[in-house]
Amino acid sequence: MPFTAEHDALRETIRDFVAKELRPHAEEWEAAEWFPDSVFRRMGELGLLGLRYPEKYGGQGGDYFSALVLAEEMARCGSGGVGMAISVQSEMATPPILKFGTEEQKQKYLVPAIKGEKIASLGITEPDAGSDVANIRTRAERVDGHWRINGSKLYITNGVRCDFILLVCRTGKPEDGAHGITLFLVDKNLPGFEVSRKLKKLGMYSSDTAELSFNNVEVGDDAVLGEIGQGFYNLMWELQGERLIGAAGSIAGAEVAFEETLKWCKEREAFGRPIGKFQVNRHKLADLYTEITVAKNFVYSVAEKWNRQEYPVAEISMTKLVVGRVTSLVADTCLQLYGGMGYMAETGISRYFRDSRLIRIGAGTDEVMKEIIAKTALGL
Amino acid sequence: MKVVVCVKQIPDPNTTGQLDPQTHLLKRDGVEVVMDPGDEFGVEAGLKLVEAQGGEVTVVSMGPERGLDAVRKALAMGAAKGILISDDALRGSDALTTARVLAEAIKREGFDLVITATESTDGYTGVVPQAIAELLDVPAVTFAKSVECDGSTLKVQRQTEAGHDVVEASLPAVVSVTAGVNEPRYPSLKGIMGAKSKPLDRLSPSDLGLDGQGGASAGQSITAVQPAPERAAGEIVKDEGDAAKRVADFLASKKVI
Repeated sequence: MPFTAEHDALRETIRDFVAKELRPHAEEWEAAEWFPDSVFRRMGELGLLGLRYPEKYGGQGGDYFSALVLAEEMARCGSGGVGMAISVQSEMATPPILKFGTEEQKQKYLVPAIKGEKIASLGITEPDAGSDVANIRTRAERVDGHWRINGSKLYITNGVRCDFILLVCRTGKPEDGAHGITLFLVDKNLPGFEVSRKLKKLGMYSSDTAELSFNNVEVGDDAVLGEIGQGFYNLMWELQGERLIGAAGSIAGAEVAFEETLKWCKEREAFGRPIGKFQVNRHKLADLYTEITVAKNFVYSVAEKWNRQEYPVAEISMTKLVVGRVTSLVADTCLQLYGGMGYMAETGISRYFRDSRLIRIGAGTDEVMKEIIAKTALGL
Repeated sequence: MKVVVCVKQIPDPNTTGQLDPQTHLLKRDGVEVVMDPGDEFGVEAGLKLVEAQGGEVTVVSMGPERGLDAVRKALAMGAAKGILISDDALRGSDALTTARVLAEAIKREGFDLVITATESTDGYTGVVPQAIAELLDVPAVTFAKSVECDGSTLKVQRQTEAGHDVVEASLPAVVSVTAGVNEPRYPSLKGIMGAKSKPLDRLSPSDLGLDGQGGASAGQSITAVQPAPERAAGEIVKDEGDAAKRVADFLASKKVI
């Protein structure tokens, strides 16, 4: 196992925090389709938003497995949206600032994001471009020594509440494709930056998802993250981390759903015995337990490479693909084992069924993962 | 100011404890163990005092090797030093033996203030704090629901049935704190990593000159244990227009109102 005694102690801290301060509010936040911003500040105060960031930026100086422990334990908070919002904050929108940002950008965005004082979002997808990042249309044009941004972004987690966005823009000509993409750090309060809509979703209710519009938003050169024209490649690096942490959180969520279902199958009786004692059901449970264990250990083995600064693109895609399959199997089987009770809102399994479906779509669909595996590992 | 906090590793109170049918002792092997939740308040109280007054918190624990986790957690929360007294012979120690061992370790360490919980969440004898004070020959101030200290005088609100008494004692002293006296902090990852390099003394009773102390020398023994009686079903008041009166009458009959 990749975890040390210190990781175990961290897990105990986070489990305690989640049980005391998040789990009791899950139903309320799901109903409100929102959770308070104070969750970011509280988690910042406890050092949970900067577990693997250097101490000089207010981080805790831990390794990748510290972040993985957080993603796993957030799966116990009862509301997928909260874990997703926190992942966007500390594992998706901010790692590129540490890796590609100037010292000034780190002070302005990374330090307050680690404290939970500034909320981050990440803008890639658009109405007409998602996984084909090279075709995005949001443009940043050079005008009088400034950059003028026009366009829109869709499905942006934390988009409604964010203080800034890591925005993927086209700075070159459309025919430049991947070479004409640049990343920008854009403050939400700038004129022309608007939230067009808060979107309704199948699941992840407590997390806010926005459509954003940019109408002549002006930023300076200090808003450019990394080199001009390098945005696509830097974003591909970001997406590896996003997929891996998403897979880790999802398989942990599957494990929690499985634990709950196992308990139910031992307690619930039908035809004179616990339903888990029927061979048809206990084989299902044995299958799920096996699939979850195998997928989780695969996640750990790939995470060890990522932790060593390796760049295992095909394996990360496989991680998300396999976790997506296992998650769908677990969600469907567990709901079935719960029967009528599972279809009701109160058990939480129906919420898990809705929330968990996203892993096969977010950060690149299953189909995109297969394309990446075919291209990078199979030479096809 | 030198503050010593007593902590104990116990079977997770969220799980159902099992008693050994032979020894009548709580089974501690093969069960999840945690720092006694009551002790977290003591550690927090100690840390708050030294943060305000300067000084250091030392945590002391008596128990099996696994007790180290409770000591480490206190170090991760911010205590400066840990002491664990561990020995097979200590298994089955009674409250007085426990107090002797803890008091001797505390005396050797030196202290201005000793903080404990009012009782452990597994044994519940509730006499160890007072026994430690007696053995150290200092005042025992118990059931504190708030603790203030200016470095020479301790001032607490002592929980009573009706409310609280304000009690003062000059240092050195022992104070036992109630659950809820404060909001114990969570150990941060930095704290957890830092705890590894903090001093940790591992002692045996003979290191403390207490040879022969332990379960064998216990002056008390548990002769029998009985399960608590099943709670009788409560009375459900169905509202037929007079529920408020019936509830009030019930409370009055119990002299609650």
